[in-house]
Amino acid sequence: MKVHDLPDSHGHFGPYGGIFVAETLIEALDELRIAYEKYRSDPEFIAEFRYDLKHYVGRPSPVYHCKRWSGLLGGAQIYLKREDLNHTGAHKINNTLGQAMLARRMGKPRIIAETGAGMHGVATATVAARYGLECVVYMGSEDVRRQAANVHRMKILGASVVPVESGSKTLKDALNEAMRDWVTNIHNTYYIIGTVAGPHPYPMMVRDFQSVIGEECLLQMPELAGRQPDAVIACVGGGSNAMGIFHPYIPVDGVRLIGVEAAGLGLASGKHAASLTAGRPGVLHGNRTYLLQDANGQIIETHSISAGLDYPGVGPEHAWLKDTGRAEYVTITDDEALKAFHDLCHFEGIIPALESSHALAHAAKIAPAMSKDKVLLVNLSGRGDKDMHTVAEKSGIHF
Amino acid sequence: MSRIQAAFEQLAKNRRKALIPFVTAGDPEPETTVSLMHGLVEAGADVIELGVPFSDPMADGPVIQRASDRALRHGVGLHQVLAFVREFRATDQATPVVLMGYANPIEAMGAARFAAEAQQAGVDGVLVVDYPPEECESFADLMRGHGMDLIFLLAPTSSDARIAQVARLASGYLYYVSLKGVTGAGHLDLAEVAAKIPHIRRATKLPVGVGFGIRDGATAKAVAQFADAVVIGSAIIQQMEAAPAGEQVRYAGRFLQGIRAALDAK
Repeated sequence: MKVHDLPDSHGHFGPYGGIFVAETLIEALDELRIAYEKYRSDPEFIAEFRYDLKHYVGRPSPVYHCKRWSGLLGGAQIYLKREDLNHTGAHKINNTLGQAMLARRMGKPRIIAETGAGMHGVATATVAARYGLECVVYMGSEDVRRQAANVHRMKILGASVVPVESGSKTLKDALNEAMRDWVTNIHNTYYIIGTVAGPHPYPMMVRDFQSVIGEECLLQMPELAGRQPDAVIACVGGGSNAMGIFHPYIPVDGVRLIGVEAAGLGLASGKHAASLTAGRPGVLHGNRTYLLQDANGQIIETHSISAGLDYPGVGPEHAWLKDTGRAEYVTITDDEALKAFHDLCHFEGIIPALESSHALAHAAKIAPAMSKDKVLLVNLSGRGDKDMHTVAEKSGIHF
Repeated sequence: MSRIQAAFEQLAKNRRKALIPFVTAGDPEPETTVSLMHGLVEAGADVIELGVPFSDPMADGPVIQRASDRALRHGVGLHQVLAFVREFRATDQATPVVLMGYANPIEAMGAARFAAEAQQAGVDGVLVVDYPPEECESFADLMRGHGMDLIFLLAPTSSDARIAQVARLASGYLYYVSLKGVTGAGHLDLAEVAAKIPHIRRATKLPVGVGFGIRDGATAKAVAQFADAVVIGSAIIQQMEAAPAGEQVRYAGRFLQGIRAALDAK
């Protein structure tokens, strides 16, 4: 079985993925799967998606060679895939655009979404505004506090933001609440999941919409660097930006795929979000995958400086890529990510998202030991404007 | 014959409807659960659905979420839930007990170990909310092998083909979710329930229970016109939440007696 031919017709990536939901959601997922199967190969749908990616999102996003930072590190050359330059400032819009197009064709006037850092919420509110769809975004109340600017952006775009007070008050709880809304309002509501997790067909569909990232890199890297990279590096929370850049590279020999999880305060502290590195397989949010859980199978609270990585699960295709060895998964702590954040600001004049800073930190960690003709491609999945508050607080500055 | 089947056959003989209360194990305290189970039987319960606490109860409304949270604060996990059932069985060998919960606590224990220990504790049936038939063939085999029923949900959105697919794997009884929504929501549509039940009857001879959104005796009585069993969860938990400390079992029992009386009224 080739790892890039998955999932099977029931959404399985080896033992992972699947459709683990209550019966109340089965028909809705069937309806979605049938619609997506119809439109994913529909020339008109594809043409509209490509057109909007170009004219609305601003694609293709450039690849940029960090000459100065690479020189200072003294080893491999670091290239950035600039998803931060997309409309709304992150890769999330690639997926929300595709799913909103699907929602319109399915005749659903109401869109719901969950969000952690708020970037998926903003990207969803954006496409909802553009298409005139009602939009409700669920966000953990802890994240509402951490990401006040994004909450305001969503409201300005016409969305309602519902703070979720249950559980750990973060991304996983927002997902639970969005599922509860969906099951109640199935007749008129489309649920735009923001990552490559959830029940089939979401992991496959979100990956497909995000794969434009890696497809562009396949063309851009030979042009800019003269060849494909030695390694592709991306941060992994749920794993959508990583899946988007990894997937087209899975069949390309000689390209290492490295996913970077959030080690938070350190794996030993227990305060982290590294589900692939420190978790074990289980069932949550409609799919089987690696989860951070206690001995009783209860999902445990995660920690990361970046709200977008603060999730106890991970997309099932990453679980499969890990088990098959096609991708490797490593971790970066809050402090390491913060240092990479500041370094990219200082040396390249680019303010990266704290999520993406985890991928940058790993590149900075391995580059010095590599020769200068080696090439690392890092997915700069989003811009860091939203993180000013967090970074300032860390430096003891209060606005 | 399983305890569940025996209970339903006896009820049918007496032309009575089954009353199935749902409570979350370990709520409000671990010490309450076994006496609560006995209290519910005294108040007229025919089967007890015992909720296994889970950190992320996606199909549940706020009331059962709170119950789950309270139980989790006491560290109640699947091992302790099985211990409650064992203790209950020591003095009640007749009333069927069905565990209801989510897949992950079972997978964390290991499905085979769970099946063996649940059977040994005296569990009669298991309803895993996020195990639809297509994801639990081997779990269904395990349950059958250990003489336990695997109970499935059906929804207002379930097509006839889907009902047939679920019915093929189900045993014990089928649990029809009476509304589009989560547990404890307040918009049950009686006409919709009445229209759907015949579709289920055509696909199965199993008893059909109805739940999600039944809050009082009148609704229970109305639903029982079409169904073999009535499931009540959130409304009982709310009674317990409103009770003074130490009075939870009495409040739950008193409430269930009222439902029982309404169900049995001619």
